[in-house]
Amino acid sequence: MIKPVAKQANKNANLRQTGIDAATKVVANFSIRSVQYLDENANIVHDLPMFAEDSAELLKLFRTMLLLHHFDRKVLMLHRTGKIGTYPGTLGQEAVGVGMASALTDDDILVPYYRSVTDLYVRGVRLHEVLAFWIGDERGLDFKDPRARNDLPLPICISSQIPHAAGVANAIRIRGQKNRAVLTAIGDGGTSEGDFYEGLNCAGTWKLPLVIVINNNRWALTEPNKCQTACQTLAQKAIAGGFEGIQVDGNDVIAVRATVDEALQKARAGGGPTLIEALTYRLCAHTTIDNLERYVDKEEYDQAWQKEPLIRLRKLLQVREVLDEASETRMLNEIKEEIEHEVELALSLPLQPPEAIFDYLYAELPERQQAQRAEVSARWRKN
Amino acid sequence: MAAITLLEGVNMAIDHEMARDINVVALGQDVGKSGGVFRATDGLYKKYGENRVLDTPLAESLIVGLSVGMASQQMRPIAEIQFMGFIFPSFNQIATAAARMRNRTRGRITLPMVIRMPYGGGIHAPEHHSESTEALLAHLPGIKVVVPSTPERAYGLLLAAIRDPDPVIFLEPKRIYRAVKQEVEDNGEAYPLESCFIDREGTDITLVSWGAMMQETLKAADLMEKEGVSCEVIDLVTLNPIDIPTIVESVEKTGRCIIIHEATRAGGLGSEIAAELSEKALLSLYAPIGRVTGYDTIVPYPKSEHYFMPDKDRIVDEIRKAMEYH
Repeated sequence: MIKPVAKQANKNANLRQTGIDAATKVVANFSIRSVQYLDENANIVHDLPMFAEDSAELLKLFRTMLLLHHFDRKVLMLHRTGKIGTYPGTLGQEAVGVGMASALTDDDILVPYYRSVTDLYVRGVRLHEVLAFWIGDERGLDFKDPRARNDLPLPICISSQIPHAAGVANAIRIRGQKNRAVLTAIGDGGTSEGDFYEGLNCAGTWKLPLVIVINNNRWALTEPNKCQTACQTLAQKAIAGGFEGIQVDGNDVIAVRATVDEALQKARAGGGPTLIEALTYRLCAHTTIDNLERYVDKEEYDQAWQKEPLIRLRKLLQVREVLDEASETRMLNEIKEEIEHEVELALSLPLQPPEAIFDYLYAELPERQQAQRAEVSARWRKN
Repeated sequence: MAAITLLEGVNMAIDHEMARDINVVALGQDVGKSGGVFRATDGLYKKYGENRVLDTPLAESLIVGLSVGMASQQMRPIAEIQFMGFIFPSFNQIATAAARMRNRTRGRITLPMVIRMPYGGGIHAPEHHSESTEALLAHLPGIKVVVPSTPERAYGLLLAAIRDPDPVIFLEPKRIYRAVKQEVEDNGEAYPLESCFIDREGTDITLVSWGAMMQETLKAADLMEKEGVSCEVIDLVTLNPIDIPTIVESVEKTGRCIIIHEATRAGGLGSEIAAELSEKALLSLYAPIGRVTGYDTIVPYPKSEHYFMPDKDRIVDEIRKAMEYH
């Protein structure tokens, strides 16, 4: 299941010329391991973790991934027909969000990032809420499901959530709560930001109960990984924080869940943070207003479709005889119904009252804004 | 009751709230064992332990971001930024997270947090240690900005800031950290965060200032008193929100107003107050509204700082100019 994918070079060839090589000794070493259970052809390459022996559980993960897969396509259609604006898709990356969030308990806290619709959905956040936020209604971040009430809203800023996640984890540490951990996510581009390193560094220093998942979908908007870093893996950035980084096949939902599950258990037990790099591929554009044909190599893109996460899980479930064409069609019909319903809810959400632009600035509105509020009210309620 | 400095007033307020509420924690670079570079958190580490008085990694964005995360779980973090000149790495966290969390979650998540920092010049410190960029912060809706000018106000206002359900930026005029002593009772009584103080009543001119400039303003008022000019002196105290009604009422009485601040002039808070007065008190004015401020330059290094810094003489000159109008 685990194989080394990156190793630090012991000797630097350039040093030899300077003559100091003989005077050096190795003072630190690291290696990065990679986790996979189910390869792209649905071969089981290692004994499965306990939860994956339960076909009903795997079927549930499959259904969730399938739903989010079709939701993504639906949102693109809505954009094409002018019903919504910018939306960052998760096509092809369903196993990352679904795998990671399915390892959470209700006591844990999720600190999402802007592309987090998949993990939020598993957490109980409804699709119409996320859609409402992207359509332009703040109420979308007022998550209603009790499991998500303490979860942070998804941020738009890149990487600013990592210090927040460290802060939530620090609250858990200070209060001595042994049964809780924090799970956060970030894109590959986000790992170039200062906040990412600051949060990582703090998490290691204070041994925080924090798990950070990098959704490495290979693209930071239009830039491939090589424009972001010279590192062989993003997982190895954990070394700078003084804790373990591990890579996982992000298209293998079993591997994602197992790895996050283990990291969360370690965090809850006081073992400190883990950085997990989930390798996947962004099969959609950065957002609905981006055109990936301008920068993605067609051949690479077509190959990535062969590895997308639903194919291998579908095969496994078919082999286990818990899924066939007919049952998947039935499943799909249910899914489409749910999606239509959620879209309808989001699009038919009545406007907030005009005064609401003032009503959540402070616990008590200062006098200045009270006057402005009255002005807005008078202006928009004239008729 | 012992006489204490403004700095000790800050310390006393943090101590009072930490003793009262287990959710209150102090954090920042050097705030723990050493008690902070100015000693604002002196003794608290020993009293409350390393879990409540946290020496953080040296990273300003982290310090504010951590506070956002902690506050989101109903803790009450008091973060220290060592000098206002170093707030810029954390500006993103203040503007895009701290100031907006209540609004963007429609009140689901609120952030009871304080970001304290020494600000202002006059202590012969190196570059970036003398700035007054309060207008950059006060411009942001969703946060409050507070500046005390006396030990007693530092205590009462910081208590209020810590208890406030929303993020408060607490600016501490370091030039007068130890300049004035005052008897302050540790009685837990907080001041409101929307009212200014009328420090001296007068009839001829209203002087509005805050922070360390209050000292110079009061000296100028003393000098003018001898010339028979009666100055009403207002300590603004809260820069967001600003207590405009009290200033308007004062100017309606005096007919003249000068705003004194250390910060550079263009787009400074003096402009905002002058604009409010022109809207609400124009017909009461005998003289143009005056401003005595830092010039629109980079804050000079210590050897040239006196060319830049407003002082009682510049304030007196401006008052005399205003008094020429009848």
